[in-house]
Amino acid sequence: MEIDPLIFRLSIFILSIFVGYYVVWSVTPSLHTPLMSVTNAISSVIIVGAIIAGLSGNVDSVFNISSTFGFLAIALAAINIFGGFLVTQRMLAMYKKKKKDKK
Amino acid sequence: MISANLSAIFYLVSGVLFILALRGLSSPETSRQGNFFGILGMIIAVTVTFLSTGNFSTGFVFVLIFILVGGSIGAFIAYRIPMTAMPELVAGFHSLVGLAAVFVAISAFLNPEAFNLGYPGNIKLGSLIEMSIGAAVGAITFSGSIIAFLKLQGIMSGSPITFKGQHPLNAIILISIIILIYLLCSTQSSNLFWILLAVSFLIGFLLIIPIGGADMPVVISMLNSYSGWAAAGIGFTLENTALIITGALVGSSGAILSYIMCKGMNRSFFNVILGGFGATDEKSSTSSKEQRPVKSGNADDAAFLMKNASSVIIVPGYGMAVAQAQHALREMVDTLKKNDIKVSYAIHPVAGRMPGHMNVLLAEANVPYDEVFELEEINNDFANADVAFVIGANDVTNPVAKTDPQSPIYGMPVLDVEKCKSVLFVKRSLSPGYAGIDNDLFYKENTLMLFADAKKMTEDITKNL
Repeated sequence: MEIDPLIFRLSIFILSIFVGYYVVWSVTPSLHTPLMSVTNAISSVIIVGAIIAGLSGNVDSVFNISSTFGFLAIALAAINIFGGFLVTQRMLAMYKKKKKDKK
Repeated sequence: MISANLSAIFYLVSGVLFILALRGLSSPETSRQGNFFGILGMIIAVTVTFLSTGNFSTGFVFVLIFILVGGSIGAFIAYRIPMTAMPELVAGFHSLVGLAAVFVAISAFLNPEAFNLGYPGNIKLGSLIEMSIGAAVGAITFSGSIIAFLKLQGIMSGSPITFKGQHPLNAIILISIIILIYLLCSTQSSNLFWILLAVSFLIGFLLIIPIGGADMPVVISMLNSYSGWAAAGIGFTLENTALIITGALVGSSGAILSYIMCKGMNRSFFNVILGGFGATDEKSSTSSKEQRPVKSGNADDAAFLMKNASSVIIVPGYGMAVAQAQHALREMVDTLKKNDIKVSYAIHPVAGRMPGHMNVLLAEANVPYDEVFELEEINNDFANADVAFVIGANDVTNPVAKTDPQSPIYGMPVLDVEKCKSVLFVKRSLSPGYAGIDNDLFYKENTLMLFADAKKMTEDITKNL
């Protein structure tokens, strides 16, 4: 009997939860805020679904109800992707070690 | 146009890059590289999506325009936002992920052919279940995050909003969501889909209003988790590995952060979610107690104490963020260091309004991260330190949590500030903290209260050093 592809996706999902569990416990507490902003950015990979939705219109009418929701989702996800990664970058750039040559 | 198998492999690659992005955050040195991996993963995922649809017509141009518009807004916000507003920003971003998930689900529901999910009115059962779960969780994330945002921004009062029958009402709504999903899957009715969305928006709103301001670290982490589960739900619908992996990562990340925050307050997750903390015990604490004497001082006294100390521990809290005192604080510490005084910072897990809030503010003020310590790392050092400088923190220093089993915060891990030879407590007034209880620390023999705005007081102390 063939295995439903859903089972494979479920396996990936469950294993990723475990990966996430161990990876996140190893995040140093001082970086918990950047952790939140970066998880925000990466969860906006939902943009791939939004793009498919946006491109679902036909040549004559780019905008139908379904694709319009897709385009809106693209804009929202893009705010998050750019905003999330850039603000994380900005924060991480501030974390500095003690300088050796202290006055 | 690339084959479905090839694009699946690329999605897997971007999923792995996202794992590496989180992995990088295990230390500040590797974190910037991690962020780069995250960006790379995102670029791969988006490019592969374009290639796999193979559609480069007018629609493609519009997609690019919308990415550009959203991207510029996001970039603008990212550069302009002050670090003290980070909790609001993260809450706002969560709401966008939630709404995006809802929109994608709506789009897939209206036009399932575009996603290979069947036909309107005859969507594959599995996909419909995944879609409706994704949409419902997304909607809850959206409205919940909006409330969290409004509370953090101060537009909405931070105090818990409770009413009679609140919990039964929420329970009924949650059960009705499950029933709606079941009915939706058996009838494929679009009306039920809209009702499901409306009810989910409503419950997101109702779930967050009873939760008070200082519980926001838990709420934000929880919504972070929800946004991940919503993404994973959509990922199952679209059969997209990158989304499934990311959703699982973000979901567990948010769940772990919520757990850490709850533990930092010694409260169960349900206790936080059910809300109303701080609103209920007001009467017991404020009125009954007689006035106890406190010692109060000025900047001059504080400067004198610190000048004669050999080690100082600084305990920052939300009040520091409100007063934007982090830069003034760093300047004070610089002066102390010039006098060969050892200075370190002690951060309680729930200090501030989100996990790691204080660390970011101190980093912004150029405080080296190896001078900043977590509760367990530094708590034993208080006994050997000469001065503890509490700035904007309150409940997290309250010794009552260790001594009085009647207290609502009993059992909460607190910083052993009272063990210091002397304690300087910067606060605007003697008012109790968020938990609505008096802080015993105020009345200790070795405590000197400095009644002033945190920033102003810190600057004055620096002048007097």
